[in-house]
Amino acid sequence: MKSSRIVLFTYTLFLMLPIYWLVNMSLKTNVEITGPLTLYPQQPTLQNYVKIFTDSSWYMGYVNAVLYVLINTFISVVLALPAAYAFSRYRFVGDKHLFFWLLSNRMAPAAVFALPFFNLYQAVGLFDTVWAVALAHCLFNVPLAVWILEGFISGVPREIDETASIDGYSFPHFFGRIFIPLIANGIGVAAFFCFMFSWVELLLARTLTATNAKPISAIMTRTVSAAGMDWGLLAAAGVLTIIPGAVVIWFVRNYIAKGFALGRV
Amino acid sequence: MTSALNPKLGGVLDMKPYNNRAWFMVLPVFLIVAFSAVLPLMTVVNYSVQDTFGNNEFFWNGIGWFKELLDPNSELGGRFIDAMGRNFIFSFLILAIEIPLGIAVALSMPRQGIGVSISLVLLALPLLIPWNVVGTIWQVFGRSDIGLMGWALTEIGVDYNYVSGVIAAWITIIMMDVWHWTSLVVLLCYAGLRAIPDAYYQAARIDGASRWAIFRAIQLPKMNRVLIIAVLLRFMDSFMIYTEPFVVTGGGPGNATTFISIDLVKIALGQFDLGKAAALSLVYNLIILTVCWVFYTIMTHFENAERRAQT
Repeated sequence: MKSSRIVLFTYTLFLMLPIYWLVNMSLKTNVEITGPLTLYPQQPTLQNYVKIFTDSSWYMGYVNAVLYVLINTFISVVLALPAAYAFSRYRFVGDKHLFFWLLSNRMAPAAVFALPFFNLYQAVGLFDTVWAVALAHCLFNVPLAVWILEGFISGVPREIDETASIDGYSFPHFFGRIFIPLIANGIGVAAFFCFMFSWVELLLARTLTATNAKPISAIMTRTVSAAGMDWGLLAAAGVLTIIPGAVVIWFVRNYIAKGFALGRV
Repeated sequence: MTSALNPKLGGVLDMKPYNNRAWFMVLPVFLIVAFSAVLPLMTVVNYSVQDTFGNNEFFWNGIGWFKELLDPNSELGGRFIDAMGRNFIFSFLILAIEIPLGIAVALSMPRQGIGVSISLVLLALPLLIPWNVVGTIWQVFGRSDIGLMGWALTEIGVDYNYVSGVIAAWITIIMMDVWHWTSLVVLLCYAGLRAIPDAYYQAARIDGASRWAIFRAIQLPKMNRVLIIAVLLRFMDSFMIYTEPFVVTGGGPGNATTFISIDLVKIALGQFDLGKAAALSLVYNLIILTVCWVFYTIMTHFENAERRAQT
């Protein structure tokens, strides 16, 4: 047991050190960062964070990112719910192929889609809006939500559907009033994973936005100025992108594995 | 088939009704994914057989780009095959490190108490960080002037500079990926381990089984299913990796860490070489699709076998 503690501790330390270093840097001034290395901030300062929260070109990046992530999560989960139910409860023409096709889109490299998406969303006039990014992220998030929800729905016995239909519930009534509460956990987990994968993606988000809808992750890549790299600001912006995930993760901690495994555990 | 993937429901599989009206429920998903996947891929196919000198004037080029792409002696083909080689080496190294390490950490996780929740949250944290921030974290961490790791390595006399050294760049990128994604393997394995009833361990204890015997006979078989998923996900995601190495090394030094994705974005959005980029996209996608199908088949077979074993 003692050796397992050491393994776990060492691994956790390995995970936390780089994050600590980022937080550490975000609380330093640039003078201190580029000066001799210090293990903790000698003169802690919040000026990097103040800059982000007062400069609209910075904080709008967070607003944009949160907007497209929320739109995407909503679309993905709402569309995926009936589909996941269908996959879980019925056989129909092409079901296996369709299910595999969905998976293959979750696995498709974003780099392949960057250029065609750029053309597509320019053609339909959505380029540089949060809608473009929200829709583009559906490429991998809708399949992901279908797979996760299918896993959860298959865990609910079919007898419940049958009993409800014998008791005279109409399908929409049954689905909304009885079934959705039963798989509330699954919906939460699917939403969390859509949120997460949309939040962490950069390539498509950067390609589909120019100025108005630029997300924070894309703004961050441009902290180089005439005075050199603004490391403190970069670190502070980075820390702020970690926080949303760190906050919601507590609620889904017991389902994380199931979500990552596309509902297959 | 879908509940065939779920062994718990194995028994009711045969009762799943055949109903084509289920298509109506799938239709919205089908439409939005088709809009996002099929439509763009059609543009790609269209570009891949044409050449352009700019000004939106296109010429028919047939399978010219594909020939060039698969010919190691041409400029494009050489680049592609080199990048693909790097991708395979990278994915192989990633799997060779992350899978055993992930299993080891999963085995050392606490089984109950508040420690479980705390470890789960801490372990999952790197998975939720935007990929370019992951790149930034390691870009900073590895610098010898302002980063803890780079500074420490330089202090103890190691010549470490990921900007100019090929080996250092590879080590940085692999460490970054291990840092970023090993937790995924841990979480999956841990979920598999939790499904083992205590009675198995008690029986093993009575038999006086060694730690290794318990691992081989009880824990590993229970983790088989999740390990397949872990290998699938890690292979796929490491094969299409873009953002993290792009931020840290930008594909350098030279082309030492230029993976297919990085090269593709360079050709497509940097040089706007549409024909080349499109042909490359299709071949790249085809590789991914093939590997994905192989894993999917293995996964389904495996779960069907498990279901048969249970009934």
